[in-house]
Amino acid sequence: MRRHHVLGRFWAQPQPVAVGAEGYPHYFVPALGIPVDPAAASRYFGVVTTSDTKPLIRLRGRSIMALVLAPEVPLTDWLNALDAQMERSPNFFDARPVVVDLGSVPREQQGVAQFLQMLEQRGIRIIGTEGAHPSWDGIEAWGRPLPVSARPGREIEPPPASSTTAATTPQSLPPAESVPAGAEVNALLIDHPVRSGQSVVFERGDITVLGSVASGAEVMAGGSVHVYGTLRGRAVAGLAGHPGARIFCSKLQAELLAIDGVYLTADGMPAKAIGKPVQAWLDGERMKISVLD
Amino acid sequence: MGKVLVVTSGKGGVGKTTSTAALGAALARGGENVVVIDFDVGLRNLDLVMGAERRVVFDLINVVQGDAKLAQALIRDKRIDTLSLLPASQTRDKDALTLEGIDKVIAECREKFDWVICDSPAGIERGALLAMRNADVAVVVTNPKVSSVRDSDRIIGMLDAKTLRAERGEKVEKHLLVTRYDASRAARNEMLKVEDVLEILSIPLIGIIPESEEVLKASNIGSPVTINNPTSAAARAYFNAARRLKGDQVDVVVPMQRPGFIGRLFGRRVA
Repeated sequence: MRRHHVLGRFWAQPQPVAVGAEGYPHYFVPALGIPVDPAAASRYFGVVTTSDTKPLIRLRGRSIMALVLAPEVPLTDWLNALDAQMERSPNFFDARPVVVDLGSVPREQQGVAQFLQMLEQRGIRIIGTEGAHPSWDGIEAWGRPLPVSARPGREIEPPPASSTTAATTPQSLPPAESVPAGAEVNALLIDHPVRSGQSVVFERGDITVLGSVASGAEVMAGGSVHVYGTLRGRAVAGLAGHPGARIFCSKLQAELLAIDGVYLTADGMPAKAIGKPVQAWLDGERMKISVLD
Repeated sequence: MGKVLVVTSGKGGVGKTTSTAALGAALARGGENVVVIDFDVGLRNLDLVMGAERRVVFDLINVVQGDAKLAQALIRDKRIDTLSLLPASQTRDKDALTLEGIDKVIAECREKFDWVICDSPAGIERGALLAMRNADVAVVVTNPKVSSVRDSDRIIGMLDAKTLRAERGEKVEKHLLVTRYDASRAARNEMLKVEDVLEILSIPLIGIIPESEEVLKASNIGSPVTINNPTSAAARAYFNAARRLKGDQVDVVVPMQRPGFIGRLFGRRVA
């Protein structure tokens, strides 16, 4: 009977989960090695016999950014207002998971399930409800209620017109070029340095920064990140599960690089690449960094 | 219409108040009409550095709340009659400052003076945001240390986002003032070099103030270094910075204290 060791891998490829097929993987998994804490490691390190090898069940945590819609009564008026909003920014709900907070809907309200169906017909992807009352007809079809969180979350301003989803926090940086209505542009150009404490998030495509990204700043793109300056802060590429994304910079002094959830901190970066113009990409589950000549 | 200048940094203890007093006095000596406003409510220092602490009757909060007229609260400097001070309150809470009140006081100062210099409190909270709110020009004070530089970078971002000019889609003109610079320590890599600071912050430099006994001495006797010892290296650097603020083209150099006779006999390092 052969015995061999099975080591649970922390960095397994994401398994399809019921929620968020596109995924908003704000998860990070280490690129190199496993942080060895003997006590913790022993839980992953077991002795099994060949005969009873079972498929390894991989578990991983993932946090998803969901929009929370909180309808108010009368529901028809609220729906009309929503329609008006969606007319102004038709792409706003595209591919975004939505949680419907029914906390302010009175218990005696009729037709809540039909109301949720009408939301879904408008292309809103409901992944769960909050504050639903069990006595409502057909409500259980809308998934189990999520645990009610104490914090209501940050208010998000819907874009005034159909435009790119340049959600920039905490200080809003307007895109350098305005996008004509209707045109799909998959790049965001930032024509000034990204300062410490600023965070630029652009899920639809590449971000190009003309200038440096300061220590304590972060640039997160669904596609690739290009920095024509010194990258001192964090760069995250492939935010929406895109392992082909890359990070380019004129001078590498980054605190953290991440592509599709695989990350590398400054300590893990090869010394010969520091201070050089580089590109970073994923080779399987390892991040590679090479100097650009 | 005067220009509103904010002296800010993010980090505390880098020399905002000292620089506000020195730049204010330098501009006033050049014939400009200058008011320096202390925004550090609760921790006011500018009155001390200006030597006016015994003359404070009304303060910024009194004016904002309408308890006193601006003219009653302004303290005119005894040495330079084109220099005035609007002190902060030491006893009141900074929440007593309202946006509308500040805007009104600054607008009134703009009418009366060529330069309205706002001494920002440290941090990135409400006090600092109120100080920068009306600014046309900003002087970002930085020590050649990584912590100070990163805090300054944060403040520069806020100048681009949280000022009235930024809200109107205009730019605040930003200048870098490096203080407490020690060329020999920078050469030994114990301090960041000016080039490194400039590379990180990428805004134009208006002056390098050397680490100097003179600055400390002047602060302690309540006299800006540009009044107390105008020929010292630090004062000359502040005078040049003031000229650059007015738009003159002056090269930035690392000013050295001219060694005195004894200093020349015994070399640079006596202690």
